[in-house]
Amino acid sequence: MDATQPLLLAEGITKRFGALAANDHVDLRVMPGEIHALLGENGAGKSTLVKIIYGLLRADAGRLLWQGRAFAAESPRAARRAGIGMVFQHFSLFDALTVAENVALSLDDAGTAKDVAGRLGDVSRAYGLPLEPAREVWRLSVGERQRVEIVRCLMQDPRLLILDEPTSVLTPQECEGLFETLARIRAEGRAVLYISHKLEEVRRICEAATILRGGRVVERCDPRQETAGSLARMMVGGDVPALRHDHMLAETPVRLAVSALSLPASDAHGIALRDVSLAVRQGEILGIAGVAGNGQDELFAAISGEVLSPSVAVAIDGVAMGQADINERRRKGAAFVPEERLGHAAAPRLRLTENALLSGHATNGFVAQGMVDRGRLRSFVDGVVRAFDVRKGPADPEARALSGGNLQKFVVGREIARKPGLLVVAQPTWGVDAGAAAIIRQALADLAEQGSAVLVISQDLDELLEIADRIAVMFVGRLSPAVPVTEASRESLGLLMGGAES
Amino acid sequence: MRLVMEKRSETPLWLMVVSPLIAVGLPVLAAIIMFTLLGKDPARALYVYFIDPISDSWGLQEVAVKATPLVLIALGLAVCYRANVWNIGAEGQFLLGAMAGGWLAVITHGSTQGPWLLPAMMMLGALAGACWALIPGVLRTRFGANEILTSLMLVYVAEYLLDYLVRGPWRDPGGFNMPQTVIFEPEAVLPLLMEGGRLNIGTPIMLVMVVAFAILMGRTLKGFEIRLVGEAPRAARFAGFSEKGLVLTVFAISGALAGLAGMLEAAGTVKQLQPGISPGYGFTAIIVAFLGRLNPVGCLVAGIFIAITFIGGENAQIMLRLPLDATRVLQGLLLFFVLACDSLLLYRFRFVREARA
Amino acid sequence: MTLLEAIILTVITASTPLLIAAIGELVVERAGVLNLGVEGMMIIGAAAGIAAAITTGNSWFGVLVAILAGMALSLVFAALVLGLAANQVAAGLALAILGLGLSGVIGAPFVGVQREGIGKIEIPVLSDIPFIGEILFHQDLFVYASVALTAGVWWFLTRTRAGLVLRACGENHAAAHALGYRVLRIRLLAILFGGGCAGLAGAYLSLVYTPFWTSGMTSGRGWIALAIVVFASWLPWRAAVGAYLFGGLTILQLHAQSAGVPLPSQVMAALPYLLTIIVLVVIMRARRGGAAGPACLGTPFVPDR
Repeated sequence: MDATQPLLLAEGITKRFGALAANDHVDLRVMPGEIHALLGENGAGKSTLVKIIYGLLRADAGRLLWQGRAFAAESPRAARRAGIGMVFQHFSLFDALTVAENVALSLDDAGTAKDVAGRLGDVSRAYGLPLEPAREVWRLSVGERQRVEIVRCLMQDPRLLILDEPTSVLTPQECEGLFETLARIRAEGRAVLYISHKLEEVRRICEAATILRGGRVVERCDPRQETAGSLARMMVGGDVPALRHDHMLAETPVRLAVSALSLPASDAHGIALRDVSLAVRQGEILGIAGVAGNGQDELFAAISGEVLSPSVAVAIDGVAMGQADINERRRKGAAFVPEERLGHAAAPRLRLTENALLSGHATNGFVAQGMVDRGRLRSFVDGVVRAFDVRKGPADPEARALSGGNLQKFVVGREIARKPGLLVVAQPTWGVDAGAAAIIRQALADLAEQGSAVLVISQDLDELLEIADRIAVMFVGRLSPAVPVTEASRESLGLLMGGAES
Repeated sequence: MRLVMEKRSETPLWLMVVSPLIAVGLPVLAAIIMFTLLGKDPARALYVYFIDPISDSWGLQEVAVKATPLVLIALGLAVCYRANVWNIGAEGQFLLGAMAGGWLAVITHGSTQGPWLLPAMMMLGALAGACWALIPGVLRTRFGANEILTSLMLVYVAEYLLDYLVRGPWRDPGGFNMPQTVIFEPEAVLPLLMEGGRLNIGTPIMLVMVVAFAILMGRTLKGFEIRLVGEAPRAARFAGFSEKGLVLTVFAISGALAGLAGMLEAAGTVKQLQPGISPGYGFTAIIVAFLGRLNPVGCLVAGIFIAITFIGGENAQIMLRLPLDATRVLQGLLLFFVLACDSLLLYRFRFVREARA
Repeated sequence: MTLLEAIILTVITASTPLLIAAIGELVVERAGVLNLGVEGMMIIGAAAGIAAAITTGNSWFGVLVAILAGMALSLVFAALVLGLAANQVAAGLALAILGLGLSGVIGAPFVGVQREGIGKIEIPVLSDIPFIGEILFHQDLFVYASVALTAGVWWFLTRTRAGLVLRACGENHAAAHALGYRVLRIRLLAILFGGGCAGLAGAYLSLVYTPFWTSGMTSGRGWIALAIVVFASWLPWRAAVGAYLFGGLTILQLHAQSAGVPLPSQVMAALPYLLTIIVLVVIMRARRGGAAGPACLGTPFVPDR
């Protein structure tokens, strides 16, 4: 094969969803043996483009050339046959099925699980990615699940491997392992299309980059020649305001204390909390790092009161509240923002005013004698919308009509508007554009400066290193002691995230 | 060209109004086809079905009498379905209400009581319906048993219970061995609203309930709680609402309304207990609830419409020799089209051209 | 024939329609679709089956029509829940109501017409074995078909690639779609299979069990079949156990009545329904935290385009 001929060439790809142009005349050129970064904010059109390449979506206009020949993937099956493999961001695995069954499903020529076990062993040995074929996927860690995804792609012997945000769920050490695997894949002459918004790692492992903004290609560059800052400016199209936050390490009163909290797992897929203790002081931001699925959801539920615990295990402003329900804790001055925006923090098909009522009915005076005061709700929502620059279109839209960033600003804003003494927030900027993320982080920092205690649970280590004053790490239901951010390093935290003893 | 579905981010108001109208129009079209297939003149059949029942005062009264239990039951079911609780055993709860109210009428038969009798029968009917409905409620919250199946199974149990009572302990001794109780005393019978008709005070009670439920669902925190639990259970937990408590509450509410409807039917229209006391009101009310878009006022309109088809169906059986089941086909089709139209509210359908790559 | 033999034979005939309908629904639910309309599809099968058999004089043609009628009704359901992504619970209820109504219209001209039921097949030699021969080798074709269906579905789900794909659709439809499987098409086929099975079960009722038409003759068997699927934890062989448990109880109840058990007949008649409730409660208690059915059961799937 001619090394100067592009492996994949996309020309003028256009895809519309209603009025929105998710891809607007996008061009992309991936060379053989190249790790090519596809950069852009959430909603820039990265996922749409790779779904078109992988045959999951069909372009409205434009054409694809694969090894110099016109190519239109009718289906993922056709894409796989041509030599394109894809690892999804939200893993496309079947929890109740075994590893071998999952692999068999992704191989078009394979029969049943029995037939693939041998080949599975070969490939996983060759790439140093150990797997147990007979294990059910729900028993695997996040890193192991990604291994399943990568192995089953490699078993198809692809020329091009598409990876969608592969490192967002890994510890720094697991990332290193992934990079080694990628180096081996490249050495075999295969190409990788690497979607990410982590700019440092893109600079390290990619030799070409295409940057998307608002569905258009805005820049093509060699990331090794750029800085993280210059890449960020290309993605965002301007400067993102830097966070103003002075780290606070004074011995102020403790507002939230969790003491020796142990809770059994609620179901077979859950994580048990084991002897978790933490304290958040007035005026500080405590960060909890960790790979998803290590008990963060369970900890959030126990602190918020969605799940009750022994009375003394959770104390707010010195009062034991483990047996108090979420609204009693809210009346005590606490506020909560769960990770899942739609379905947990907000009900998709209810209006914004109703979603304000959702978390504020016990504390904000929206209800008198069982009747809802709609006027008060409307003015409250107007206040939040103004303070957090929520772009919402119609006067009182349903929550599902808002973009991710705007809805996140609303659900964070509706809690901060109450000036809570304690704010517990999970994944404050997950899947949110840079502008909205900056507004949210600044609001958290300002809230702490005004004397509230803020607890941030996040998978994004960079985010925690930026806004937290102290950081603790969660691993399989245990929480490490918190260390001041000034004394923490990515490496030491990464080891804790991978389960090393502190 | 391909037809694709897209989620709407917002449902336009005009569509919310038009969609039930389409849902009614299409089954009428289907009915015309069915009448033609059965060899009847469709124009005449439609007239008998939809116009005849509302063309005189007697017919209008009959419509109101039929609509009363349908709307009462549907109000409760709509609350349940809003909360994602699938009570489909209203028929059984209706029968229990009739039995409990009827029991008081039977044991006080032959003696004079005071004006307390009717209110007591109503309370008893509602209470019995609520208790019967709480069985699947408790089985779901306590054991996780599927309430669709348990509530339905209890319909059969209730039917056999009624059958046993009117053939056994409660049978009218002077009734030539017919499976029925005595005819209730006048003071155990609902007062008529006007002379020379069958319209009784059950209908105004139903209208009061419609208003009460419209306020409950639209204006109160409880109504919000019901909608939120159905819409997003996890968000409801985050709001601090107890799902288990709410499941029991909505079962009790819908059971009480169905029980009340059963008691009103026994004491108002039938004036005794007998096995055939309900022509399937509890099941037809499911259609009423959906046709009314799970909205109290919508249930009222839908209940009146379905009541018309009930009367029309009976008329058609006599005048056109159409099988009575034709009405059920019509009602079943109606539910289908209502559900199809609901999808129109959530999704936009669009033709797209294939790209030539 | 001994009394025990007679009892076992009647248990088999009572259980067969439950098993056929339950196996069909089991496949539908494994694909991730909850079709509550089994009762409606079953009774339309019963009505269409006997109508066709009487009209043509051929019972086997009646069976074929019954299967097609069940499939036709399930197609309406599929259009609603797959084509329009409608609420599956509500659409299933609509199907039950529509089926009951339609069966009344179809069956009305045939009320009271008696006909010879489909006879049993005697397997030579084997059926002469005492006791076992009469029970195992002297049955009608439906009984053999129900066993074959159970075995076939078990083999299909656990041993074939197509079965694996079907299970994958029920576990995670988004992931199955992302791998390029046609989730809606697979679900359509499963729904049609379920409809055909329900129609066949209905034909058994009106052509073998009680070979004449009465309206509402399924009397809740479709709903009991749904309960059997839950009882079986979505496993074919356990569905057979469940079907025979319910069939056995129905027969026991009849024999208890004729043996003069001092309970009102209505109590005995209500027993199968009460048992269904009890079984559902017991099985849920026993299962605590265990398998809870296919993960996508009852949730509509709309591929984004």
